[in-house]
Amino acid sequence: MSELMQFLLSGATVGAVYALVALGFTIIYNASDVVNFAQGEFVMLGGMTTVFAHAAGLPLPLAALVAVVATSALGVALNKLAIEPARGAPVVSLIIITIGASIFIRGAAQLVFDKQIHRFPAFTGDDPLHILGATILPQSLWVIGGALVVFVALWLFFTRTLTGRAVLATSNNRLAAQLVGINTNWVMTLSFALSAGIGALAGVLVTPITMTSYDVGIALALKGFAAAMLGGMGNPKGALVGGILLGLLESLTAGYLSSTYKDAAAFIVILGVLFFMPQGLFGRKSTDRV
Amino acid sequence: MSLLEIQGLGITFGGLRAVHDVSFKVKPGEIVSVIGPNGAGKTTLFNMISGVYQPGAGKVVLSGEDVTAMSPHLLARRGMSRTFQNLQIFQGMTVLENAVSGYHLQERGPILADLLGLPSSRRRARAAEEGARALLARVGLDRAAEREAANLSYGALKRLEIARALALQPKVLLLDEPAAGCNAVETEEIDHLIAEVAASGVAILLVEHDMKMVMRISNHIVVLDHGEKIAEGDPATVSRDPAVIAAYLGTEAEHAHG
Repeated sequence: MSELMQFLLSGATVGAVYALVALGFTIIYNASDVVNFAQGEFVMLGGMTTVFAHAAGLPLPLAALVAVVATSALGVALNKLAIEPARGAPVVSLIIITIGASIFIRGAAQLVFDKQIHRFPAFTGDDPLHILGATILPQSLWVIGGALVVFVALWLFFTRTLTGRAVLATSNNRLAAQLVGINTNWVMTLSFALSAGIGALAGVLVTPITMTSYDVGIALALKGFAAAMLGGMGNPKGALVGGILLGLLESLTAGYLSSTYKDAAAFIVILGVLFFMPQGLFGRKSTDRV
Repeated sequence: MSLLEIQGLGITFGGLRAVHDVSFKVKPGEIVSVIGPNGAGKTTLFNMISGVYQPGAGKVVLSGEDVTAMSPHLLARRGMSRTFQNLQIFQGMTVLENAVSGYHLQERGPILADLLGLPSSRRRARAAEEGARALLARVGLDRAAEREAANLSYGALKRLEIARALALQPKVLLLDEPAAGCNAVETEEIDHLIAEVAASGVAILLVEHDMKMVMRISNHIVVLDHGEKIAEGDPATVSRDPAVIAAYLGTEAEHAHG
């Protein structure tokens, strides 16, 4: 019983990280139908920048803030320098551009930072808490809490605010959005900034647990993508549920089968979703009209 | 004083002169139609005026301001609104949501008020919804308000697009074939709607293939052929013009008179 509880708690922690990555995917996807494979790099930059800013003498909260802001700025730069000039290109080309950007960012991170593995201290200590015979790190609660807060904020943003709905309108029909007065370039810039900021926040929250290095982004992007697919691309609720489910699945696979197969779980999920329910758990079926 | 002034507008697509040196003016409350055979450059002209294409030459002046090649969202803020021949509708949304989207500019308020669901935010949303419902009733779509736009007929979507364009409370309204795909009754309804909107002081620029409708409602007609303006004037003058008859109306000229 306590064993299962332990697997569930660690699964929820990992799942919350996947959920944050998936939420980042959701925003850019909602604005542009593009799946941004540089999303994992945002997470890496969040962690790495905090490490180096902290080492340079900034207090941890300030270092984290710097990391989130700097990563958002990089997200905006990615949009302005790589995505916007290619406007009108098919979505697949844009996705390939994001893959190129992720390789570039990873390479640049090796040069700017280093190739070592880093961590910084947990926010509220490392003394594990005991829940029903299992233990959980206080930092895990930060991660899970962070995912929930971001989810609620995004959900309110997309359902309640005019700007959020402008993002949805832009993805639905860019020209029609412009016709009703929506500045679609601004919507894209905002989406990349938000998405990168959320990615960086995930990096900041999780680094004390999992540590970070220049190359943690790829695996996170793939897992986050699997989570977003499972939940239904473009739906914040789907991203949250998909992330947590994937985390639990991984943790249970590692616990009851073998930790060797842990990473296979994500890919089996991707395949399963694509074969049996391409729109995911909460996705809407898309209809194209000619 | 003209509201919209087109001065020597032209564009070429890889050597093809799609539109060349077209000028005309539209006054408030006036209905100006652009007619011409298929491929004469009518929609291209519309796309240049509304900022979808960058003109190669010439100017578009709206209320005295040069708005040439300004992007559609800025034109929308300056009071120019348009519909498309091949529909630009938010397919994944309901009919009502599409109409509400037209209130985007008027509904703007502090984002915090929206996030917290403050009364002021809900009041703005309610005002937009009421306006949208009234417009849907005006174009005869009130009973389809909750349906998904993708499931509507082509003619109904044309009217939805007009409703959304009107929600912006434009000074100039560009309508690209509003009656295409509509039956006789619907065409007449659109007729009345256009006349009504013009009567409220909105300048209307119209591209339409239904000659009877054009002759009936236009104050002024501009005729294009091979991208050039070959004639302009009131319906009676244009339909008697030999160049127009030769280029375009042909046997339909008598039909139009009859």
